[in-house]
Amino acid sequence: MTTATSKLVLPAATTRKRRRAASPGRVIAWVYLIAIIVITLFPFYWMLRSAFSNNYSMIADPTSPWPVGFTLGPFERVLGLATTQQSLAEGGSGASVPILHYLGNSVIYASLSTACMVFFSLIAAYAFSRLQWRGREFVFSLFLAALMVPAILTLLPNFVLVKELGLLNTFAGMILPTGLFSAFNIFFLRQFMLGLSTEIEEAALLDGASRLRVLFGLTIPMASGPIITLSILGFIGQWNDYFWPLLVTSDASVQPLTLGLAVFKQSSPQSQPDWAGLMAATIVAALPMLILFMVFGKRIVNSIGFSGLK
Amino acid sequence: MTFSNPAPAAADTAAARRRRRADGRRALNSNAPSHRGDARLAWILIAPAGIGFLVFAVYPTIRGVYFSFTDYHLLSAPQWIGFANFIEMVQDQTFWASVLVTVYFVVIAVSLTLVISILTAAVLHRVTKSTAVRGLIILPFLISGVVAATVWSWMLDAQLGIVNEVIRALGGHGIQFLTSRQWAIPSLAFIQVWKNMGYTSIIIFAGMQTIPASIYEAGRIDGANERQMFFRLTLPLLRPILALVLVLNVIGAFQVFDIVSVATKNGGPANASNVLQMYIYQKGFGQFDFGYASTMSLALFVILIIITFLQMRLLRANESDNA
Repeated sequence: MTTATSKLVLPAATTRKRRRAASPGRVIAWVYLIAIIVITLFPFYWMLRSAFSNNYSMIADPTSPWPVGFTLGPFERVLGLATTQQSLAEGGSGASVPILHYLGNSVIYASLSTACMVFFSLIAAYAFSRLQWRGREFVFSLFLAALMVPAILTLLPNFVLVKELGLLNTFAGMILPTGLFSAFNIFFLRQFMLGLSTEIEEAALLDGASRLRVLFGLTIPMASGPIITLSILGFIGQWNDYFWPLLVTSDASVQPLTLGLAVFKQSSPQSQPDWAGLMAATIVAALPMLILFMVFGKRIVNSIGFSGLK
Repeated sequence: MTFSNPAPAAADTAAARRRRRADGRRALNSNAPSHRGDARLAWILIAPAGIGFLVFAVYPTIRGVYFSFTDYHLLSAPQWIGFANFIEMVQDQTFWASVLVTVYFVVIAVSLTLVISILTAAVLHRVTKSTAVRGLIILPFLISGVVAATVWSWMLDAQLGIVNEVIRALGGHGIQFLTSRQWAIPSLAFIQVWKNMGYTSIIIFAGMQTIPASIYEAGRIDGANERQMFFRLTLPLLRPILALVLVLNVIGAFQVFDIVSVATKNGGPANASNVLQMYIYQKGFGQFDFGYASTMSLALFVILIIITFLQMRLLRANESDNA
């Protein structure tokens, strides 16, 4: 299907024209595309260039395309490896930011909430697609209605609730609201299971396997594709989450990296911010996403088509 | 990198739609061997999600509406005050200023994102099917708003930012991108566009791949040129997808918070970037006026619901186009 439609969206681009080396339209199209790619990627490059620079030297030479006074200092500063003297000498603020600690919190928060979200959605989706029970369609449509409700109204009351439960500044408080219930994941997995042939599962049931054994031994392995996709998208979303952790955590012991970075940014001296250190911190924050992208790039790109439904 | 052959992202949505249609039938004809004991197991399996739904979605929605009719400062129980918060809101100059700022942000960010994304999707479709290129342009979608805001704060810095250095090198005057009243919102909107344009392009690109070839053949036979086909065929056929990305972007932009809070301080110069979500946050968590903050949340909620319903009507009205 791809190959069939590929030439036909802008059909004037016939095969004959395509073979011609450079029609003006194609040149303009490529120039535009390259411009978009440069605008997209330049900030990442600038992040790298600045993170390997000496903060003092960078002020003297702000336009150099290469790191100014190449140093690992900014990384040492944000990872807590530099002494105060070293950090001040390279234009750091001298205050230590426990970035590694925040990083650990982010890993816990993002992986636990993603794992909960996907697992609970998975078993719910099984109930909605494979089991026959009264009220099934009704409960499902109630769940779906939650897709329509923007988060804004529930944020403040959820904060109050988490506070009343005594879960402020705990991972449980951060994870529970998103981890238990995700309308989109349930909807997506249910659709997938409904489209899946049930023959093997029925054979296993006839052979006397229990429902739970079929669910964990057959259905879940068969759904591994969408499970991985939803896990990646969930992990990205939770890793980058800022507002909810901002509401329910005030203690650095559980705060994720997004909050740590924001604190670092806001607390850096207005007159002469430690931009090199900040860029090193953003790289630490973005790196897990970039690694995820290296490993699952194609899957991420292809999943965005349907993630648009979110 | 794991890119090899370009796979049709759009097939997912199309297939999902087809499956959805088949659902009803299949559910009825389900001839699994035994459904005895299903109900008990089903309730156990949906219990975690069900509890999450009731406790963290239904209950807070009701409570949020209730709070907005109360005077509530978190320390003592909420006190019912009727419409007092709503009256306060209607008369609150800061609230209306904040609505204006938010709408200004949404209009710039969303219109730019859509124009650039449609163009990028069309160009991608025309010149390359490379998954690697599509992968590169969604990179900003993978990083957090906090990271994006931090990097752009550095690049747009008034003294040493590379953007201003380039402007000066070209003979212009430096611009106070994030620290002047005039430029704060356009600059923040630009960061939002940078972060979302790749993602939006990929969704639109996916939509373009689902347009059947025969339609263009018919167009060509009728003597339409490339431009006419783009405006008369591609865009109308994409309307359901465009409505979807429009609403996603509008809803996202209306609730913008992290970019604004990191790139500008405390609502920006003279409240120039005091977007609604920021004002709600300041009322709730700066002044602990939860009643009033809830009232504004409810207002924003109603705005978003109206937009969602408008979009759903747009979608439904166009479903036949793509069949």
